[in-house]
Amino acid sequence: MALIDDLGKALDSSPGGSVILTSVDAIMDWSRGKSLWTMPMGTACCAMELIAASFSKFDFDRHGTIPRADPRHTDVMVVAGTITYKMAPAVQRLYDQMPDPKWVIAMGNCAVSGGIFYYDTYSVVRGVDEFLPVDVYIAGCPPRPEALQDAIFQLRKKVDSESVAPGRVRDVEYVLPLPGDPRAGDRIQALRDGGGRK
Amino acid sequence: MTEELVVNIGPSHPSTHGVCRMVTTLDGEIVRHVEVVIGHLHRGIEKMAENRTYLQVVPLTDRLDYVGSMYANWAYCRAVERLAGIRVPERAEYLRVIVCELQRIASHMMSVGPAGADVGATTAFMYTFAQREQVVDLFEQLCGARLTYNYVRPGGVSMDVPEGWVDNVRAFCRSHPSAMAEVDRFLFGNVIARQRMKGIGVLAPEDAVAWGASGPVARGSGVSWDLRRDDSYSVYPRLDFDIPLGSNGDCYDRARVRLWEAIESCRIIEQALDQIEPGPVMAEAVPRLITPRPGEAYDHIEGARGSLGVYLVSDGTPRPYRMKVRSPAFCNLALVPMLAEGHTLSDLVVILGSLDPVFGEVDR
Ligand code: SF4
Repeated sequence: MALIDDLGKALDSSPGGSVILTSVDAIMDWSRGKSLWTMPMGTACCAMELIAASFSKFDFDRHGTIPRADPRHTDVMVVAGTITYKMAPAVQRLYDQMPDPKWVIAMGNCAVSGGIFYYDTYSVVRGVDEFLPVDVYIAGCPPRPEALQDAIFQLRKKVDSESVAPGRVRDVEYVLPLPGDPRAGDRIQALRDGGGRK
Repeated sequence: MTEELVVNIGPSHPSTHGVCRMVTTLDGEIVRHVEVVIGHLHRGIEKMAENRTYLQVVPLTDRLDYVGSMYANWAYCRAVERLAGIRVPERAEYLRVIVCELQRIASHMMSVGPAGADVGATTAFMYTFAQREQVVDLFEQLCGARLTYNYVRPGGVSMDVPEGWVDNVRAFCRSHPSAMAEVDRFLFGNVIARQRMKGIGVLAPEDAVAWGASGPVARGSGVSWDLRRDDSYSVYPRLDFDIPLGSNGDCYDRARVRLWEAIESCRIIEQALDQIEPGPVMAEAVPRLITPRPGEAYDHIEGARGSLGVYLVSDGTPRPYRMKVRSPAFCNLALVPMLAEGHTLSDLVVILGSLDPVFGEVDR
């Protein structure tokens, strides 16, 4: 990573370098965003929906998202379920074993904030963001598998705006409609109805 | 005798079916000793219950056994009803039986499928999970939740069935047995799966009784013990069903007993749907703040994993003084060191899977 960082910095500061940088970024982000392999850190009830997401009817694989049990193969850690103080060191250790760049999705209220176990209990970590940097939060107890798929799309947006040069943010415009973006869907519908082109 | 090797499996390992850690002492590939370390999912639910009113505890019981939430709901509500002397209307009892048998199917599908996946036959998991998804859809139509239902409440159930639900359940019950027969053929009839499961982790009937095993783990060893028949509760005496029994007590029998129970459950549901009559689904005048007289109550039901009991102590306030859950998964998990000794490391995974532990319930 250090070499890429230096290269990115050098390109960013040299005249005309940003043209190369933009192309490099586009290729890097395209390849990263389209195959986000997940590390299913399922501990409790939410893990059931995490499993359901990769089986028939929801079928995660079609988004290029494959669950892998080995942290060294993965890009995204999906923390699904309650994290107790006894479990937290193991989660931290697995996160440390994942190669950079890496992201974290907090799935379910327990992983977001402790959820139903926020009050009156002595053993639950109040949200996985107490010790991991979380990129996407999904609310729900448990969230539906569709919500997890939406989280992957949101994460893809974030990945697409990253640059190899540190501190640089890419502006990306989405052409394809995304779920949860109804206006883009309307535009497609308008095109289908023949309103878009005359 | 080669040099002994200590291998740590878990707490995050795909084959431990949750957050279980097993410290395994190996001699070559042979397991000499297993130490199961639990508590990675201890959320203090029993302690939390002491700070909630009786009605507020119901959602907590959902999170105990998250593969079969309805059971913990029901066991807890029965204990509360016994404590407060609430009579449940008949229609509610029937609905409870129907949802719990559906839940048994859903839960067993999460055990039979992974039993195949543990021995390398992932196809079975795909088939069983599709069946489970259908049950989950039925529950979603019924109460709006896919996993944590909060459906059984002290005094009855939270709402009556929606329009068309009964037909959907009947359609499911008609299609389910043939799907199971197919899984039976290509999982339990498969030579490789048979060789991986037969004769592995044999549990003698005496041991099953002595270690407090229950549910399909005990019945796989031929112990004919089922609370639905032997300590009959609710409307089960009016229903006619068989109890599948295994003969050898190995992983194969335990998994197969679950498969047949899932088929028996369809029979129970169909009979219950025939007998059910219109009426109220909630007992009259159940107060929001249930305040039982000081005392204690214990009630148990046959969950998907065995006899699931809830013990409640009341001190006359609107909150339980103590709640204790007798968790079948915990008792069954205690068998792992005994069953795994002398088998290979890869069989350890199969043995653990055949006991079907759910760690929300083991650790509570
Ligand atoms: S958010 Fe709800 S469903 Fe998910 S692990 Fe926590 S209690 Fe279970």
